[in-house]
Amino acid sequence: MDVAHVATTTSDRTIAAARRSGGLRRFVDRYLLVGYTALAVIYLLLPVSLVILFSFNNPAGHSNVVWQGFTLKYWLDPLGVDGLPSAIATTLALAFLSTAIATALGTLMALALVRYQFRGRALTNAVIFLPMATPEIIMGASLLTMFVSIGNAPFFPLNFVTILIAHIMFNISYVVVTVRARLSDFPRHLEEAAMDLGANEWTTFWKVTFPLILPGIVAAALLAFSLSIDDFVVTNFTSGQTQTFPLFIYAKNRIGVPVQVNVIGTIIFVVAVGSVAITTLAGRRRR
Amino acid sequence: MGTFLKRHRWVGPYALLAPGLLWLLIFYVAPSFQMFVSSFWTGTVEQGYSFSLANWTNYPNNIGEFLPFYVRSIMYALAATVLTFLIAYPLAYTIAFKGGRQKNLLLFLVVAPFFTSFLLRTIAWKIILADDGLLLGPLKAIGIVPVDFRLLATPVAVISGITYSFLPFMTLPIYVALEKIDGRLVEAAKDLYAGPWRPGGAIVGGLIGLALGGLLGVIFDWLWPVTAIFGGVAGALIAVLFISESFVRVTFPLSISGVFAGSLLTFIPAIGDYINAEFLGNPDTNMIGNVIQDKFLTQTDYPSAAALSFTLMFGVLILAFIYARVLGTENVTVGRV
Repeated sequence: MDVAHVATTTSDRTIAAARRSGGLRRFVDRYLLVGYTALAVIYLLLPVSLVILFSFNNPAGHSNVVWQGFTLKYWLDPLGVDGLPSAIATTLALAFLSTAIATALGTLMALALVRYQFRGRALTNAVIFLPMATPEIIMGASLLTMFVSIGNAPFFPLNFVTILIAHIMFNISYVVVTVRARLSDFPRHLEEAAMDLGANEWTTFWKVTFPLILPGIVAAALLAFSLSIDDFVVTNFTSGQTQTFPLFIYAKNRIGVPVQVNVIGTIIFVVAVGSVAITTLAGRRRR
Repeated sequence: MGTFLKRHRWVGPYALLAPGLLWLLIFYVAPSFQMFVSSFWTGTVEQGYSFSLANWTNYPNNIGEFLPFYVRSIMYALAATVLTFLIAYPLAYTIAFKGGRQKNLLLFLVVAPFFTSFLLRTIAWKIILADDGLLLGPLKAIGIVPVDFRLLATPVAVISGITYSFLPFMTLPIYVALEKIDGRLVEAAKDLYAGPWRPGGAIVGGLIGLALGGLLGVIFDWLWPVTAIFGGVAGALIAVLFISESFVRVTFPLSISGVFAGSLLTFIPAIGDYINAEFLGNPDTNMIGNVIQDKFLTQTDYPSAAALSFTLMFGVLILAFIYARVLGTENVTVGRV
């Protein structure tokens, strides 16, 4: 747009705006939407704040739903509940393993989808899309049905392996979608330049392609990790006797959730927010 | 990568796809078929299973027993979708057009709830909605609300919980759609004398408000004529005071793909949710997810549970198919972050 055009549109707009109830529009633009957004953010963060606040609560009985007074004693003893340490260990093991495997499998699929034209592409896309469009209860229920009908090891009785299988399954699609989004505006000429300079395909991949798509892979891995660490529904259907952190919360909900659960929840929140902040800032500096 | 791959280039994509695709075929597609097969079984884990059509031929009884749960799930998911839309659209609009340098921070705040445990967030709503909790306690103390009024263990609490849980799923796609809009189109509309939305706004806004108010009133089990009239008045006022013609004719139509994506991304998980109904509701607010979980995990009646889940899956697949037809499966970039 040239300057003259900008000038005319602005003046036209000012005249037109003045002719209408411009004052109200400006009020809406300046205060109402901002105030509304502030309220919406408070609404979004209120439950999160309560989770954090109640990690400092000093409840009288089992139930941690009424504020009784400030204490640090649960922060000083965050693992002091029977079954909690092993549940956390299981959750972390599941999250690391499922993230590593799903990120590897999903990245390869994303590379295939962006780099090649091939038969069966639409069907592949459908198979990737469906798990994201299926309610978790259906994924959990159908896996349970299959494991039960197979009826022998390693699938039945349900165990750590069956949860891991389920977590990898629901993570793959999210990894594909995240990495594919980063790959679609990939500068192909850099690879061609490397090949022209004598690098073979393997060297080109590790020296050029991989470093460039690494931010996308890291984002996908963070997403997969956070989905795995917080998953309740699918895990509930595939766990058998194995206890994870979300299953531990669910089991304790009836008799009252121990304060330590809020402490662990707060730690997870802080670590998650921190890692997203770090990757965002690192990505910004790169550019 | 050896000479084999150089000679047979077509192998490349399939070799890259194979491990992940096989995983999805074995652990997503195959279990779905198994669920369909298992719904034709009868028996128990201990005694073994035999083929039977009982779960499907017995439908007159089953409809009587389970239809209310499906209907309730659809109603609650619908109400939650409408509410998330009403909350999310102005939020996404503000972030997209007035966000300025705070845009990324605001988007981050929208997804921040996902960084705490879903179960802990739902339990936090118990603290907020309890009979003498954060919300009702002060209102009862100053006497605005009668002492025996309650929200927890009512449909209102369940639907609020679902609305909260899936609000980011609605906000992000709408934001993405709004963000893509070329601002010059809106300016052009204004140059062409698009003004406030009157008198059309009063009628259209009033009618939409009337319909939504009535619908929410029926689902919330409140006096629906009252909520419908209230919604109608609110809709007409909002349309006349705050909504401009350029928004109705340019901005909103261009953002409709985001609204559609957000609605399905909210409705689909909402219809299968059972945590909000279990934590925030009462036995009369149980959704189909509660029945399925109970049959699978408590009663271990796998065949009839499989029949119930397959019915739910069939409905959801139709919605997913519509989504894929309208928006395509290539452009799903809105994950959870």
